[in-house]
Amino acid sequence: MIRTLPTSKTYNRCFKLYIVFYFFFLFAPLFVTCVLAFNDSQFPSLPWKGFTLEWFTANLPQRVGIFNDQINLDSIWVSFRVAFFVTLLSLAVGTCASFLFEQEDFRFKQGLYFLMLAPLVVPGVILGISILLFSNTLGTHFETSWNLDVELFRPGFWLVVLGQFSFIATLVTLVVSARLRKFDRTLEEAAMNLGANRFEVIWHITLKFLRPALIGAGAVAFLMSFENFNTTLFLVGYEATLPINLYLQVRDGSTPVINAISFLLIVGTSLLALLNLYFSRKSK
Amino acid sequence: MLKGQKRWGLFFFLAPVVLWLFVMIVLPHIDLLIMSFRIENDEGQQIWSLKNYLNFFEEPIYWLTFARTAIYSILVTFLTFVIALPVAFYITKVVKPKYQGFLLVLLLLPFWVSELVRVYGWMILLRESGVINHFLLKAGLLKQPIEMLYRDSTMILGLVYTSMLFMVVPIISVLDSLDNSLIEAAYDLGANMWTILFKIIIPHATPGIVSGSIVVFMLTLGNYLTPNLMGGKNSLWFTEQIYNQFIASFNWNQGSAFGFLLLVLSSIVVWLGLKLTRQNLKKVVQ
Repeated sequence: MIRTLPTSKTYNRCFKLYIVFYFFFLFAPLFVTCVLAFNDSQFPSLPWKGFTLEWFTANLPQRVGIFNDQINLDSIWVSFRVAFFVTLLSLAVGTCASFLFEQEDFRFKQGLYFLMLAPLVVPGVILGISILLFSNTLGTHFETSWNLDVELFRPGFWLVVLGQFSFIATLVTLVVSARLRKFDRTLEEAAMNLGANRFEVIWHITLKFLRPALIGAGAVAFLMSFENFNTTLFLVGYEATLPINLYLQVRDGSTPVINAISFLLIVGTSLLALLNLYFSRKSK
Repeated sequence: MLKGQKRWGLFFFLAPVVLWLFVMIVLPHIDLLIMSFRIENDEGQQIWSLKNYLNFFEEPIYWLTFARTAIYSILVTFLTFVIALPVAFYITKVVKPKYQGFLLVLLLLPFWVSELVRVYGWMILLRESGVINHFLLKAGLLKQPIEMLYRDSTMILGLVYTSMLFMVVPIISVLDSLDNSLIEAAYDLGANMWTILFKIIIPHATPGIVSGSIVVFMLTLGNYLTPNLMGGKNSLWFTEQIYNQFIASFNWNQGSAFGFLLLVLSSIVVWLGLKLTRQNLKKVVQ
């Protein structure tokens, strides 16, 4: 049954086999995607026709590797910019929210807290369409009332940033709050007795204490934004992010370039994941 | 002086949070509700009407898709739970402690990778010219390649795969707090494996199972990518209806009604899940 209890051999073997199968199931699609990025074939499928790096580096008429594929490179750059701004915005607002819910007291605190959790239980698609609708309503209103044409209210880069921010900020709040709860508030009192004001205390002491959580939350926010599809789908303008761009390519047939991009994404996110793990271990 | 500072501190933190929650969450959802009760009349003006909701109930394709999505989401949630429980149990209770950390990292790693990449991986495994067909043909088990993609079963496989993490992690964290001596005591008193499972493990793990199920159900219900790519044209997932109304037919009012119905369904299930097990949202997210 468990470690300390005697168990039959068959039970142990079956359990082990199950776990092996589970991990096989978990990694098979990723493994195959990576391997086929290096296959010297026009299609991402077997048989194996030899090892090649052409899907990364080539610039031939029939084969354009990812490093020369301008459309995909552009979308990667868009995703990077979106993720950067979403991370910045979510960290700022999420940290404010953590201080608000952990250290302040005010009326309707409970209600506001539940409102803060709401984005977790609203499907991403719904979030996308409601923000699209609302920005459109605002846009129409500004145009008819004041004859103003506001770029922000039309689907595009900044609307994507805001849409992703609206739920990623909740995640940041939860991560940062968990760390802030462990903060010893007598340190604040000590600093205040020595003449520091509230903001000096937060800047010099509390934020230093929160740093590992902020780094961790930032990494998660960046990744969530970089990979977001559901909400982005409705808010995207002519600048497609990487997931949207990949989706359009996968839907209309695929080339090993997609495998090459996937390979880079898998390697990149794994590194980020391990780095995040390292920091979260350190903060404990 | 101190009191003034305190008020300023509150305002400083409150303002951005209120701005975020009202502008990005509350107002857009109110707008969604309003839009769903309006239609465009023949003169191109927006008027109040219940027509969008009537359409939903009168066209079988709409409510059938809705019911289908709900039922399949429940099925996916259940399957995810059945697969995840032994894995979580193995990692917390069975495996030697020195491998625990390693297995945990291995378990989480695939979920950091974009959902699109994972679904794409399944597509190149399962499609007619895919890797599994290649091996089956080679082994002589098949004469003709078969299309394994674009079936309900593959769509469910994909959805289970995508949402696995959100079930495994909460169950691991509750099982971690289960005292081994309870299981030992039950064992010494002669309980068999199933009794221990249903009388000790599952009752103890209920908070984790509930929070996992809620998240998995909600994510499955609102998933667009996996049903669309793995289920193909036959997937009939409700989010696709919403997408079609918004992007293809450009009927935003109808789309809003669909969106609101989906939101109501997901909220009801979350609420029921919490009520039935006497939990609250605050505890579940932590």
